[in-house]
Amino acid sequence: MSTITEKDVEYIANLAQLTLDDSLKARLVGELGNILDYIDKLNELDTDGVEPMMHVQPLTNVFRDDEIAPSLPRERVMEAAPKHDGEYILVPQILEGD
Amino acid sequence: MTYEPVIGMEVHVELSTQSKVFCGCSNDFHAPANSNVCPVCLGMPGVLPVLNGRAVEYSVLVGLALNCTISRWSKMDRKNYFYPDLAKNYQISQYDLPLCHDGFIDIEVDGKTKRIGITRAHLEEDTARNSHTVAGRESGVDFNRCGVPLLEIVTEPDIRSADEAYAYLSSLKQILQYLDVSDCNMEEGSIRAEANISIRPTGTEPFGTKTEVKNVASFSGTQKAIEYEIKRQTKILDDGGTVDQVTMGWDADRGVTVTQRSKESAHDYRYFPEPDLTPIVVDEAWETRLRKSMPELPQVRRARFMEEHGLSEYDASILIADKAAADYFEQTVSAGAPGKLAANWIMGDLQALMTEKQGTINALPITPGHLAEMIGLIEDGSISGKIAKDLLPEMYDSEKAPGDLVKEKGLAQISDTSVLEQMGADLIEANPGPAEDFRNGSERAIGFFVGQMMKATKGQANPKLANEIMRKLLQQ
Amino acid sequence: MSEPIHLKSAHSLRDAIRAKEISAREAAEAYLDHIDAVDGDVRAYTDVWREPALARADAIDSQLAKGEDAGPLAGVPIGLKDLICTTEGTTACCSELLKGFRSPYDATVAEKLYAAGTVVLGKLNMDEFAMGSSTENSSVVTTRNPWNLDCVPGGSSGGSAAAVSAHECAISLGSDTGGSIRQPAACCGCVGMKPTYGRVSRYGLVAFASSLDQIGPFSRDVEDCALTLNTICGHDRRDSTSANLEVPDFTTSLTGDVKGVRVGLPKEYFTDALGVEIRAKIDSAVKVLESCGAEVVEVSLPHTEYAVATYYIICTAEASANLARFDGVRYGNRAPDTQSPEEMYKKTKSAGFGAEVQRRILLGTYVLSSGYYDAYYLKAQKVRTLIKQDFDAAFEKCDVIVTPTTPTPAFRIGEKSDDPLSMYLSDIYTISANLGGNPAISLPCGLTESGLPAGLQIIGRPFEEGAVLQSAYAFEQNSGIDLGVPTAIAESVS
Ligand SMILES: [Mg+2]
Ligand SMILES: [Zn+2]
Repeated sequence: MSTITEKDVEYIANLAQLTLDDSLKARLVGELGNILDYIDKLNELDTDGVEPMMHVQPLTNVFRDDEIAPSLPRERVMEAAPKHDGEYILVPQILEGD
Repeated sequence: MTYEPVIGMEVHVELSTQSKVFCGCSNDFHAPANSNVCPVCLGMPGVLPVLNGRAVEYSVLVGLALNCTISRWSKMDRKNYFYPDLAKNYQISQYDLPLCHDGFIDIEVDGKTKRIGITRAHLEEDTARNSHTVAGRESGVDFNRCGVPLLEIVTEPDIRSADEAYAYLSSLKQILQYLDVSDCNMEEGSIRAEANISIRPTGTEPFGTKTEVKNVASFSGTQKAIEYEIKRQTKILDDGGTVDQVTMGWDADRGVTVTQRSKESAHDYRYFPEPDLTPIVVDEAWETRLRKSMPELPQVRRARFMEEHGLSEYDASILIADKAAADYFEQTVSAGAPGKLAANWIMGDLQALMTEKQGTINALPITPGHLAEMIGLIEDGSISGKIAKDLLPEMYDSEKAPGDLVKEKGLAQISDTSVLEQMGADLIEANPGPAEDFRNGSERAIGFFVGQMMKATKGQANPKLANEIMRKLLQQ
Repeated sequence: MSEPIHLKSAHSLRDAIRAKEISAREAAEAYLDHIDAVDGDVRAYTDVWREPALARADAIDSQLAKGEDAGPLAGVPIGLKDLICTTEGTTACCSELLKGFRSPYDATVAEKLYAAGTVVLGKLNMDEFAMGSSTENSSVVTTRNPWNLDCVPGGSSGGSAAAVSAHECAISLGSDTGGSIRQPAACCGCVGMKPTYGRVSRYGLVAFASSLDQIGPFSRDVEDCALTLNTICGHDRRDSTSANLEVPDFTTSLTGDVKGVRVGLPKEYFTDALGVEIRAKIDSAVKVLESCGAEVVEVSLPHTEYAVATYYIICTAEASANLARFDGVRYGNRAPDTQSPEEMYKKTKSAGFGAEVQRRILLGTYVLSSGYYDAYYLKAQKVRTLIKQDFDAAFEKCDVIVTPTTPTPAFRIGEKSDDPLSMYLSDIYTISANLGGNPAISLPCGLTESGLPAGLQIIGRPFEEGAVLQSAYAFEQNSGIDLGVPTAIAESVS
C-alpha cells in the first residue's frame, strides 16, 4: 500500500519546480493517495520474467544523415522569447552552483 | 601518514559532426549567439529528435579505440533536471546501457606503461552556454551549443597521481585526434575534463571521501588542480579533519581549488528510456565495418616509426603526439627524405619556424615535398646545412620549391675546384702569417683559411672541398 | 432548396467543389457563418481564422479555375486541435502558459492537410495539454456537447468532436493518448479514429505522452474518416517512431461487406461497469455486423482491468518530462519579476498550468523518482507488454475487436470535476488500444433515452486500419443509424 505524505508531495513538487500552497498541498496528498492506491492494483500481477515495453513498434536504428539544414532566423527566435536583448535569451541571473 | 590518491576522470568530448545530434543545425557554436538554433534544439512545443547516425559511428569508433565492448543493443534515456541552459529541461543521454563499456587505455608515465580502465563511453547532447556578462541581474543564454553531440568517457578510479591524469588526458586526446572525431580544443571547450579525487592511507582498501574538480581550461590546469587537491586533502586528514564531498573549481590565477557547490544536493534525475528515439543496435557487421575503417592509432604508429624509419622511442613519441606532425613526417619520408633527417628537421628548425611565425602544421606553406627536396639538396652536396637553415624561412614566405630558390638566389655550393683553388692561392698570399703557422705544424690554421673561404663565398663554398683544397695548397 | 453546404459530408462537398457547383469560398463562408451562429453555445473554437481561411479558399478556387488539381480534399473546411502546431494563428494547447504562442513551424499533419487542399477554419478547444476527458480543463472555455449543452463533449479533443458534430467544420483533427479522440467522438455522436501508433507523424503535435500519442481524424461519416487518413498517414523522417510503411488507399476498404470477418467480443469489457443502455446498443450493433456476414467470437483480454493503472503511470511519467520545457525561458509566458531561475520556474509553472496538469506532472514525477521507478514505471511497462500480448493472442482468433467506446454517455458539466480518479476511469475502454498501439475507431451506434449518443469501438491489428474501416463502414451503411443534426443546435441549422 502506498501512502504518500505531505513531505513526499513537497519533495516531488520541488523536483518538478512547482509551488503548492498549503490547501492545494493537502488536497493533492488525498488525491494522489487515492490514485496511487488504485495504481497499486498492479502489484497483484506477477511480472517476473516479463520484458518491460520500450516501444510498441519494433523499430531500431532510425538515424538521420549528418547534413546541415537551415536554422531559424534569429529574429524569429527572439520574437518567441519572453525576454531577450536581440542576441541572447535573458533569464534571472544564474549563480554558479545553482 | 602517507596517502595514496585515487582518481577517476570524466571527460566530455564534443564530436565534430557537421550537424547537431538531434537536428540539422550546424555544429559550429562559435557562430553569432543563437544563430544556429531551430525548433528542435530550442525544445519548442511539438518537436521530435532524430539521432545523427554519424554521431553514433563516431562514438563507436572511440569505444573501439578505447578497447571497449560495444553494446549490441543500447538506448537513449531522458535525464531530468531544470537549468536555463537545458532547452527541454531534460538531457537526452544514456543511463544504464551506454554504447561502449569496459575498455581500457594504456598510458606511459616515467617510462612505465599503466593501464587505465574505461568504465563507459556514452552519447548525449551538449547544453547551451550561459553568458554571465549581461549587465544587471540577468544572464544571457546562447543555444548554439545546445544539441551538439557529446561523448562522455568515464574511467575506473585507476589513476594514482596528477601526472597519470595528465598522461591519460594526453593519450585520450591523441586517440580522438587520430580518429578525427573531435576538434579537441580545450580552450574552446570541445574537450572538458572533470576529476574525482580522494585519498586513502597507503596500503588500505576503502575509498576516502571524494571531491570533484571541474571547469578547468587546460590539461595542465587539471594536473595542477589535482596536485593541489591531493595536498589539500592530505593536510585536512593530517590535521585530523574530514574531507567534505563537494564540487570544486580551479582558480588558475591563484592556483587553488575553490568550493563551487557544497554537499552535492542529492540529485534525483528520474532517468527513463527516451520514447521519441528508437533503440540503437550495433550488430557484428556494423562493428566490423567500423573497426576496419579505423585509422592507425598513435601507439601502433609510434612502434612503426621506430621500426620502419629507425626513429628513437623519444623522437617517435614526440612525432606521433600530434597527428598532423606525424602525417607531415610520413609524407616527407614518402617524398624521399631519410626518416631520421626528416624527423630532425621537423622537430627542430621547422618547429621553431612555426613557433616564430605562429603557424600550424596543418596550414604550413612548406609542403612535405619541398622539405624532402631541401633535405635532398643537402644530401647531394648542392647546399650546405647552413644554407638550408637560411633557406627554410624563404621557403616558408615564398612557398617556392627549394631548388628554384637556390637557383634564383645563387645559393648553390661552389664545388668548382678551379674557382676555389684560385681563391685559396689568393688567401695564402694575403695571409702569410697563418700560412707560416701551418707549415710549423698548426692544424688550427687550416680552420682559419677554410673560414675565410666560406666568408668570401658567403657560405656557398663546399666546406669539404674547401678543406681539401686549402690543405693541398698549403702543403705545396 | 438544396442541402445547406455545412450539412454535406466532406467527400460530397469536395465533389461539389471539384465540379464547380460550389466554390471553396462559398463553402468556407457557409461554415464561418455557421460558426458565428452556433459557437456561442457550443464553444468549440478557441481561435477562428476567418480572413486566412477565406484567402486560402480563394487560392483553392483560382487553382481549380486554372484546371489544376487542388488536392483530394480541395476546399474542405477543417479545424485543428489547439496542440497541432501551425504558423498561422496561435498554438496554445489551451494553457495560460502558452497563451498567444505562435509556432515557427507547421506540424507534418498541417503541411499534409494544406497540400491536400483543405481550408483551416481555426483552432479547437481541448483539455489543457490534452489532459482530461471532458474539455473542462481548458484554460479558455468549456466546450458544450451539441446534443445537450449541459453535458461535456468528452475530452480531451472535445472541441474537435463538438465542432464536427455541430457542423462547424467538415472534418477536424484531434489527438488520442488514452481515448482523447474516440471518447469525445462517442460523446458527441461522430466518427473518430486513432490510427496505429507510428502511422501518423507526431512532428508538430505538442507531446503529452510520447509513447501513446497519436493524431487522428473526426468526421461525420466513415468515408470522410478514410479520406482524411489517406492524407495524414505516412512515414515522416522528422519522427523517429514513424512507421516506414506503404499507406494503402483506405477508401478501398469501404466495401460495405464483412463476409468472413471474425469479430471478437472481449468478455472483460462486458461487465457490470457497462451501463445497461450502452450494452444494449453494442449488442444490436454486433447483430448488424453478424447480419452482414461477420462471424462473432468471444475473445479474452485478461489484463484489461490493469490498463487504467498502467496507463496513468506511463502517461504521467512521460508527461512530467514532456511538460518540463514549458518554463518561460525560450517561449511562452514567464511570470514577471523573478530573481532567480528557480523562482522563475516555480512562479511560471504554478501560474501557467491548471490543476489537472499539475496533478499529472506530480504523479509522473513521483513514479519516476528515486526508489519508486521499479515499483511503478518499470512495473507498468511490464504490464504494458502483457496488455499488448493480450491483443496479439486475441487477434489470432479474430480480425477486429468490438467494444463500447465509453461505459456511459456524456456526463454533466462539473459532475466529475472533483474526482480525478472517476474521471480517469471514463477512459476504461479506450486506453488499451493506446497501450497496445492498435488502431481503433469510434462511431455512433444510436442515442440513449436521454438523447445522448453512444459509441461503438472497433479495434484492429497494428497497421490494419483498413480492416477497422471495413467493419465500421459496413455497420454504418447497414445499421440504418443516422443521428442527424444534434438537437441542441438543430434550430440554428434549419
Ligand atoms: Mg553527462
Ligand atoms: Zn537545431
